[in-house]
Formats: sequence, C-alpha cells, structure tokens
Amino acid sequence: MSHVMRPDGLDVLRLRQDFPALHQYINGHQLVYLDNAASSQKPKAVIDAITHVYEHDYANVHRGVHTLSQRATDLFEGARAKVRAYINARKIEEIIFVRGATEAINLVAQSYGRSRLQAGDEILITAMEHHSNIVPWQMLCEQTGATLKVAPMSQQGELLLDAYADLLSERTRLVAVTHMSNALGTLNPVKDMIALAHARDIPVLLDGAQAIPHMAVDVQELDCDFYAFSGHKIYAPSGIGVLYGKEVLLKAMPPWQGGGDMIRQVRFERSEYAGLPYRFEAGTPNIADTIALGAALDYVQAIGIDVISAHEADLLAYATHKAEQVDGLTLIGTAKHKGAILSFTLDRIHPHDIGTILDQVGIAIRAGHHCAMPVMDFYHVPATARASFALYNTREEVDKLIDGIEELIEVFR
Amino acid sequence: MLEHIRDLYQEVVFDHNRNPRNFRVMEDATRTIEGFNPLCGDRITLYVKQEGDVIKDVSFQGQGCAISTASASLMTEIVKGQTEAQAHELFELFHRITTGQDDHVNLEGLGKLAVLAGVRTFPARVKCATLAWHSLEAALKEDAEVASVTTEE
Repeated sequence: MSHVMRPDGLDVLRLRQDFPALHQYINGHQLVYLDNAASSQKPKAVIDAITHVYEHDYANVHRGVHTLSQRATDLFEGARAKVRAYINARKIEEIIFVRGATEAINLVAQSYGRSRLQAGDEILITAMEHHSNIVPWQMLCEQTGATLKVAPMSQQGELLLDAYADLLSERTRLVAVTHMSNALGTLNPVKDMIALAHARDIPVLLDGAQAIPHMAVDVQELDCDFYAFSGHKIYAPSGIGVLYGKEVLLKAMPPWQGGGDMIRQVRFERSEYAGLPYRFEAGTPNIADTIALGAALDYVQAIGIDVISAHEADLLAYATHKAEQVDGLTLIGTAKHKGAILSFTLDRIHPHDIGTILDQVGIAIRAGHHCAMPVMDFYHVPATARASFALYNTREEVDKLIDGIEELIEVFR
Repeated sequence: MLEHIRDLYQEVVFDHNRNPRNFRVMEDATRTIEGFNPLCGDRITLYVKQEGDVIKDVSFQGQGCAISTASASLMTEIVKGQTEAQAHELFELFHRITTGQDDHVNLEGLGKLAVLAGVRTFPARVKCATLAWHSLEAALKEDAEVASVTTEE
C-alpha cells in the first residue's frame, strides 16, 4: 500500500498500524473495511484499555471501599469526565451511560416523553431517520395517544426546512432528528432546526450515532436538549453509549429503570432516587467498555477530529467522483452536506449480490435497508449498497472498491 | 477474481435471474402468499393453483437478489405438477442441504436445484435461497389464515 500523507498531516498508513483487525486477508485478499457506518474497527489503545482493566483494575464501581473498587470507580468516572469534555457538556451530571444510541433514545421516550405527553400532542421526526429514532416514538405514541409527524426530504435526501418549520406547532412536544443520516450520509441543518424548535419552546433530541465519529460535536454550541450516541462507531466497544441531556430537563425526569445504584435510600414503603447522573444508571454498568470509550475518545482527540473530518471529506469526494463515472451506478443520497457515506444501487444487480461478491475480494460493505426502511421506500428500492469511511481508509481502498464494482458488473452482464 | 463465487453464482443462477420463469401474476390462484425476509427487506408474492393435492400452476412476483430470484424461478419450474407431498419432501431436502444440516449432500435428489447447494458456504445468503420455499410451504399448509410468512420466526 502506498504511503498516504494528507496535506493536513494525517498519516493514514501509520494510523492503520493502530488497528490490528485491518491487517488480515479475507478470501485471499487484503481486507478493505468499508462498513464503518455499521461499526468501526478498534485501535489497540481501546483493546488494551479493556485488557488492562480486567487484568489490573476491575471491581464493581460506586460501592466497595477496597482498592480495586476505588480504582475502577476512578477510571469509570474518569471516562464520564472525558465524554463531558469531548462533547463540551456543561456538567458531568449531564452524561448518562447507556448501552448505545438506541437505549438513549428509548430512555428519553419513556422517561421524558411518557411523563409529559398526552393525547393530541405531537412528536416531530424526519423522513430519513433510522428505525431507532422512529420506533421508540411510535411506542410512546401508542402509550400516550400522541401523534408522530414526519418532516419530508427532497430527492437528494435533504431535509425540507420550510416544511419542517411548518410542522412545528403548538402541539409539538419534542423534535427528534438525526444529526447525520446512516442510509444517505446527509448532514442535517441541526442548528437551524434547533433554533426553529426553540422559538416555540420545543426541546430537540439529536441522534448522533452517525455524526459522532466524523465531526466535532459541541452540545452547548448546538444548544440541543438531548444528544444520543453509541461508542462502537467512534472506535470504542459495542454495548456502551451516551445520553447527554440538559441538566434542567434531566432533573425533572422520572427514573426509567429501577434497581441498584440509582437510589439514595430504599424502604419497602418508598424509595428515594439518586441524583444525576446515577438516577438513570440502574444496575452494575458496563464498566470496562465505558473505560474503553474514554480511551477511544483520547485516541480520536490525539489525532484531532477536525483532521479526521477533513480526511474523510477527501475520501468521500474522491469516491463520489469515481462512482459517478461507473455506468449503471446510482448514488442514493446526494445532499450538498454529507458525511463519509456512499450509498448506491447498480442497475439489475441487487445490493446483496454486490455485498457477497465484493466480500470475495476482501471488501466489506453493507448491503440492505440499513434499518431505515422508510428511506428505502422513499427511493423505491428494497435495499442499497453502502460504503462508509473511517479515519483509516485510503484512496487506494476506494480504487479497489470501484474496481470491484466494475468487475462484478462484468460478471452480471 | 471470483472462483469461489462461481459455486454460488453459477450460469444457471444468472440465467434465471435475468429471465425468471413463471414471473407473473396469477389471476386464478387458489392461494396467494407474501414471503418476507425482514433482515434484508426482500419480498416475494407467490401464487399457487391447486387441484386436489396437485400443484397445477405456480408463479411469483417480487424484487430480490439473484439468489432469491433464481431460487424462486427454479422452484416454480420444478414443483409445477408435483403433489403437495412431493413438494414438501423437496423443501425438506433443499432446506437440509442449504442450511448445511446434511453432510452427505444428496445432490442428485435435488435435480436442477443442486445449482443452489453452494449457498451453504455463504451462511448470510441461505435465507435468500429459502425464502420462496418457505413461502410455498406456508401456502400449502392447511391453515388458510396464513397470508404471509417471514424467514424470521
């Protein structure tokens, strides 16, 4: 592989050495991992963090008086402090650890939503949401009698901001919108959307599952009320994620799950709940993976998220340009502002066949509906093929992808 | 590039994918069933016309990958004229072979379907090959309430 040095100084070849899983052969070909929007590979620093916790510092957190428990607690709470700093939340109390973005959204739906919504109220989402930002709201609507409204998008996959503004009404109680679409790559104009909602005192939840590995996220600058993301897309383990919520909102929310660690005092007559953030963290948490999330954020920060962003933008532009030259290839999602996702279809070749055949030459992409069936319906396709980029991908890998696509078109001709 | 892939994508598969047989709506079907693979979103509508326990005619519509389209196309060719029991037996054999439950692969018993046996080394694609068959099984079941079937129970 050629040595790739970006003008911004991101030495991709050196960074690739940090990711053990990248260095393997699949079906006799060097792995080209382009399924990062589903989940990214892990750097050694993250893997080592997990190993180190279990080998040296592991015990349950927040209760023991012994040394290991104190160490584990310090590392665990240290990770919370890292997350706070990473997204620039005001306070560590605003950082709730959950299993992933999905659980974060469900928490808001069931705690914030269920305690406040009633029949006739409305929740506003967009046409490009992932199932995890649709179904929790549908469940909430069933429970409360509220109605789910959907802001439309254009053929390019761009939110129609005027239509969105028109859908904000005196009945809207919450806006839940993806920061970046997993199926299309679209970056939504979330600052404008938040400002429009706030003008009507409507809080906004951002689903940041896709956005978090690709761009700087500053929750104070965004002024979002909730921000949900998963660790596993930003080089951390799966099974750990974050719900950020403004303190004033979180404080007023009832607990969601009951159990240990979320209480101050338990009597059979009545229990007193713990303060933030523990009130929303019932049970023994995912200790090692939380600590590893902190290590992943350290890793990203050491490189610089803006540097990563610029590198991925270059890859996307390069891949888009090359894909446009391929006969019979249709890009799905051509918004002006996009993150590192290239979703496409090929004439007369189903995405699953694309996925299986590319895998034969070591190229991992996603083929399917991307848990965004309404988006597939919008484009009248059953599925798309999706290549998605991370900090360790190269232009050479994009070339391999395009070569693979051209070869499989030949096979199917 | 693609030697192993030829085990799965044989010329017969490409042929049936390009020109699926019995790819039509059947107005006088005695049973119509929607087959759905929720994991990938593929859908098939299967039409069956039975006379007694004989499958007089069978056709399908839908949008799927080459494997599911070819499998459905081959199935309609093969089961036409068979009895329910024969079709069921073939389903059982096909299912055992594609899911790798049968180490002693009786490819001869599969006839033309043998071209799809290669799918067993592609676990992620087995359901593509069996979607049409699950649909047929459901259509042939006595239970007239069943109007749709999925690959995920």
